[in-house]
Amino acid sequence: MVTNSLGRPLPEHFFGKTVHPYQDPYNRKPVGNHATRPLRRHNPGDKKLLGNLRKAIEASGLRSGMCIATHHHLRNGDALLNLVVREIDNLGLRDIRIASSSVHPVHAELIPFIKKGVISGFECGVNGLIGEMVSRGELDCPIIVRTHGGRARSLITGEVVVDVAFIAAPSCDCYGNMNGFFGPSACGSLGYAFTDAQYARCVVAVTDNLSAAPVTPVSIPQSLVDYVVEVNRLGDPRKIVSTTTQITRDPVGLQIARYAAQVIDASGLLRDGFSFQTGAGGISLAVAEQVRRMMSQAQIKGSFGCGGITGYFVDMLEEGLFRTLFDVQCFDLKAVESIGRNLHHQEMSADTYANPFNAGAMVNLLDCVILGATEIDVDFNVNVNTESNGYLLHNTGGHSDAAAGAKLSIITAPLLRGRLPIIRDTVTTVTTPGRTIDVIVTERGIAVNNHQQELKEELIRRKVPVRDIHELREEACRITGEPHPIEFTDEVVALIEYRDGTIIDAVRKVKE
Amino acid sequence: MEIVRKAQAGTMQSSDLMVFLEPAPQLRLEIDSTVKKQFEHLIRKQAESVLQRFSITSGVIRISDRGALDYAIAARLETGLLRACADQRTSS
Repeated sequence: MVTNSLGRPLPEHFFGKTVHPYQDPYNRKPVGNHATRPLRRHNPGDKKLLGNLRKAIEASGLRSGMCIATHHHLRNGDALLNLVVREIDNLGLRDIRIASSSVHPVHAELIPFIKKGVISGFECGVNGLIGEMVSRGELDCPIIVRTHGGRARSLITGEVVVDVAFIAAPSCDCYGNMNGFFGPSACGSLGYAFTDAQYARCVVAVTDNLSAAPVTPVSIPQSLVDYVVEVNRLGDPRKIVSTTTQITRDPVGLQIARYAAQVIDASGLLRDGFSFQTGAGGISLAVAEQVRRMMSQAQIKGSFGCGGITGYFVDMLEEGLFRTLFDVQCFDLKAVESIGRNLHHQEMSADTYANPFNAGAMVNLLDCVILGATEIDVDFNVNVNTESNGYLLHNTGGHSDAAAGAKLSIITAPLLRGRLPIIRDTVTTVTTPGRTIDVIVTERGIAVNNHQQELKEELIRRKVPVRDIHELREEACRITGEPHPIEFTDEVVALIEYRDGTIIDAVRKVKE
Repeated sequence: MEIVRKAQAGTMQSSDLMVFLEPAPQLRLEIDSTVKKQFEHLIRKQAESVLQRFSITSGVIRISDRGALDYAIAARLETGLLRACADQRTSS
C-alpha cells in the first residue's frame, strides 16, 4: 500500500499496472516519444470495404487478450460497442479490454459478456450499472477511470495500446474518409476518435451512411483508416441528449447560477477575449445564460467557447459573443447541425482539447469553466465519480482537465441533494484536486479557495455572500444530520487516474 | 391513539417519503430509503419520536424514503397516523 499527496491509500499494483501516486497537478514530466504503430501500404485498386462486421474483426487481426476502442459521441444512443462485442463473442474471442472514450448506461448490455469472460477490463470510466455492479463485487472487471485529456495521453504515450479502433462514422466513403456531421446517425464532432485513428494499430470505420467518395469535409482522412464496413444503424442521435440540457427552473439552481455569474463578474476576466466552458447540466446552462446577458449588455466580444458544445453556445457564437467554438463533442442536435455548416464552429480532438502532455492544450487558454460535483471536501477536492452510496457511477469527462487549465474554475452545486450534504470533511473519491478549484458556489453561499485571496476580497467588497467552507459544511450537516460513513472492504475495484497518468484515488468494493 | 385502518401519506418524489400504516397486534417500524446506509438511524429516531408522541403501541408502519429531511418525515408520519387512527375526525 502507498499513499499519494492527498493522503489517499493506493495499491502498489493494479492488474499488472504499476501505480504512480498523484503528486501535484502540474509537475509530472513525460519521458520518451510518441507511441508508434506498424506502417502499412495500400496500392491502387486495393479494397478496404468489407462485407460485414465479422469480416472486419477477422481482417483486423483481433485476438483474445487484445484491446478495442470506440468513441462515445452518440452517448446513450450508441449501438456500435454492443454490436462489436456480440460479434467478438461469436468469433470465440475472450479476455478483451475496452478502452473506449466512455461507456454509457446503454452498454449494460455488455454485462453478460463480462460474466462470460469476453470482456475482462475497462481502460476507461463507465457510466451506470457496470460500475455499480463492480462496486458491489458482482462483476469481476477492473476499471481505470481516465479524464478525456488523460485518455488521449494514455494512447499517445503508449500506456494504453488500442489494437483495433472501431470508429462510428456517420458519413463515410469506401476508402475511409469520414465526418460526423451528416447522415441518419450524425453526432457532430468526432473529437474523441481522432486519437484512436492516429494511434490504434488497426482502424475500422463503421458506417450506416456509405457515401460516394470522397466524403467531405474530411474529419478523419482515408490515410488513417484500414477497413470500412457497413451496418444497419450506428445508433440513435436523439439519445445524445441523455440528461437535461435545459436551463434549470429550480429556484435553488437559479440562485446558484446568479451567484456564479457574480463571481465571474468580480473576477475581472469578463472582458474582450473572454473564453468559457460549461457542461450541459441545468445549472451550468443557467450560468451561461447569465454570462450571455452580461456580455450583450457590456458589448463584450469573447474569443472562444470550449469543450462539449450545446445549442446555447451555438446561439452565443451566432450572436457574435464568441468568435469560435472548439468542439470535442456535441451535446445536442443544435450543436450537431451547427458544426456541419459554420466554419467558426471548429471540431477539436481530445488531444488538442485537454492532453497535458502535448505542446499546449486548449484548456490552458480557458478563462473560466463551470463544473459540477457529487461531493466536495473542505480542501476543495471534488468527487464526480462515486455517489455517496460508494458506487462508481460516473465517468470523469473533462472535469479535471478543464479545472487544471482554466484561470477560474467554479464548482456549482446545491448544498444538499435530498438528504445528502454535498460538502464533506472528506469526499468518498477524489476526482479533481482542490488545488485546481477556485470557487465553490452553493445556494447558501460561496467558498473561495485560499489561493484566490484577491477575488475573495473583491467578492466581499461587492457584498456577495462569501462563507468559510467549514461553515458551509456545518450548515449542511445541521440540516441533514450527521450521516453514517459508507463502509468499504480493502478490495480495490477501480483506479481514478489523474490527467497526467498518476493515480489520484482508488475505488474499493462496498461492504453490503 | 391506535391504528385501526390502513392508510398512507406522502409521495415518491425525491426529497419526500411515503408512509404506509396498517393495524397489527405488535408495533413494527420498517424503513427503506435511498440513503438507508447513511441515515437509517436518524430516520428511525425521528419516526420513533413521532410514534411516541402519538402514543402508538401497535401497528405496522412502513416508510419508503427518498431522502427526506426530518421535518418532512414528521409531517408525513403525522398525516398518516391521523388517517389511520380511531379518533380521526375528517375522512381521508
